[in-house]
Amino acid sequence: MSAPIEQSPGEIAAHVEEPMRATLAAPRRGRGAAALLGWTRRNLFSSVPNTILTLVALALLVWFLPPLINWALVKATWTGGDPKLCREAGGACWALIETKHRFILFGLYPHDQHWRPLVAMAIFLSAIAASCDPRFWNWRLAGIWAVVLAVGGWLMWGGFLGLAYVENARWGGLPLTLILATLGIVLAFPLSILLALGRRSDLPAIRAVCVGYIEIVRGVPLVSVLFMASIMFPLFLPEGLTIDKLLRAQVGIILFTAAYLAEAVRGGLAAIPKGQYEAADAMGLGYWQKMGLVILPQALRLVIPPIVNQFISCFKDTSLVIIIGLYDLLTTAKTALTDPPWRPFYVESYVFAGLVYFGFCFFMSRYSQYLERRLNAGTRR
Amino acid sequence: MANDPVILLDKVNKWYGEFHVLKDIDLAVGKGEKVVICGPSGSGKSTVIRCINRLEEHQRGRIVVDGVELTSDIRSIDAIRRKVGMVFQSFNLFPHLTVIENLTLAPLWVKKTPLKQAQETAMRYLERVKIPEQAHKYPGQLSGGQQQRVAIARALCLKPDIMLFDEPTSALDPEMIKEVLDVMVELAGEGMTMVCVTHEMGFARTVADSMVFMAEGVIVEKAPPKEFFAAPKSERTRQFLSQIIGH
Ligand SMILES: Nc1ncnc2c1ncn2[C@@H]1O[C@H](COP(=O)(O)OP(=O)(O)OP(=O)(O)O)[C@@H](O)[C@H]1O
Ligand SMILES: [Mg+2]
Repeated sequence: MSAPIEQSPGEIAAHVEEPMRATLAAPRRGRGAAALLGWTRRNLFSSVPNTILTLVALALLVWFLPPLINWALVKATWTGGDPKLCREAGGACWALIETKHRFILFGLYPHDQHWRPLVAMAIFLSAIAASCDPRFWNWRLAGIWAVVLAVGGWLMWGGFLGLAYVENARWGGLPLTLILATLGIVLAFPLSILLALGRRSDLPAIRAVCVGYIEIVRGVPLVSVLFMASIMFPLFLPEGLTIDKLLRAQVGIILFTAAYLAEAVRGGLAAIPKGQYEAADAMGLGYWQKMGLVILPQALRLVIPPIVNQFISCFKDTSLVIIIGLYDLLTTAKTALTDPPWRPFYVESYVFAGLVYFGFCFFMSRYSQYLERRLNAGTRR
Repeated sequence: MANDPVILLDKVNKWYGEFHVLKDIDLAVGKGEKVVICGPSGSGKSTVIRCINRLEEHQRGRIVVDGVELTSDIRSIDAIRRKVGMVFQSFNLFPHLTVIENLTLAPLWVKKTPLKQAQETAMRYLERVKIPEQAHKYPGQLSGGQQQRVAIARALCLKPDIMLFDEPTSALDPEMIKEVLDVMVELAGEGMTMVCVTHEMGFARTVADSMVFMAEGVIVEKAPPKEFFAAPKSERTRQFLSQIIGH
């Protein structure tokens, strides 16, 4: 054990010294090259297996990158709105995105009203950004969200204060995906906490209900939950009563996500030492005070990674609403290709949708890392 | 009335499944009395004091704290927990809250004290345990001795009539034990009713009004410290004392 520990200061010194020695030996031009050479030798060719891996990776890059760059950038057609130009150029047809981006982003929403979902999304995303900062985590945030949802709803539906009514069957694209995912996450989260607490409850009836719910929902794919929500559920409703399709999908996503999240939360609860519960009990805190002030703040911090993992899953899973005929982002990307002359360029359309999904998911992943660092600062035991 | 015990255990019995942990425990603690409980590991010392504030449930017998009998009625449990503060071997501070937040949490939420007043009280108790300068640190940034003093201050912030200590110094390095015991001695001097599980016999000698020796779920002997240390009645007590004082 002691050998590597003793070595490491030496190694650190070597890292520091090498560029410095290079500086002394080769002033000006040679400096960067020598440092690069040193870095390369240390990081890429330090042993036989490393050397082999480096060479294989290089070969793959050489084999893969040039054609990709050639297709995506060099031979690509960016503008023009004419599929024939694309076919002649032979590269990627980003002109498809230029032509179809409004349909992909907003679906069947009336064309001259696209500013409405755009503004709604901007407000929505700003509210999400603000909610990401722990400094804003207080009761006022709930009020802000109530306003955001009201204004967002007014912009999307309209029907009064000078906006024409747009029924939600015509919503689509990115706003729809964002609504399904955000409301799915935001509403599933508190529900999952209740389920996790219920599963650890002392009352057998509550425990049984929560266990049953979690196990049943986890045992069923989301596709079938959505399918049931859209096809079977209306069969049980009395004649004449219909519940909006979008609402049914939204509820399905919330209920499904909550079951998975509940298990992540339960993992956090199980990791809190018994002494924390006892100290809270001994101070006379009631059950909800104990959980809300002492146990959950600690438990949730521990399970940020699996929770965000579930958020990311939920975000991507909203694309399954295609099976009940809602026009989310992935569906609009696909539908844009039903225009015959553009049909060969499906890769471009999916790459575009994929990049949008990636942007949001990557943000969530980085945010989870930031949050973990931020919340654990100072509290490490 | 002055002679009425504030804590009364009357033939208290407790089982963990088949295992009979507490057997007919009788104990009366008067107002302002300091009781030190000692005994070998596993004898049921922790279980006894954890029954007093209902962290553990007893199955037979009566426990009466300041005139309120402990039953499974939530109200009786709440009433008693408001009067009884507890300090644990492993501190059990809340690691996600700063020291001052640890101290004000229960006053704010249980007693509904205004924030300003709760903070003032908290600072006063932090001064009494001699670490006001640590108020805005997290527990993880303090030494064990400091953490235990914060835990004592936290219990005191609820203005309890009775303090329970379960081996408060057993998890501490020797050089920190004294700083915690000093705080406890001072507290005893102010007339707090204390029930303390500890093997710090020096502390017991100076502070205790009565010593209780437990073994295998039974109170073997209860006596004032002078008698207890000089002339223990039972052979079992003598053996135990020679072991821990011999070290
Ligand atoms: N939750 C439990 N379930 C079953 N048995 C338990 C439980 N808690 C304690 N016991 C048992 O009860 C007995 C008394 O435990 P207790 O913690 O009161 O002992 P103690 O006198 O405080 O010992 P120590 O000096 O080691 O703290 C021990 O034999 C212990 O194994
Ligand atoms: Mg014990």
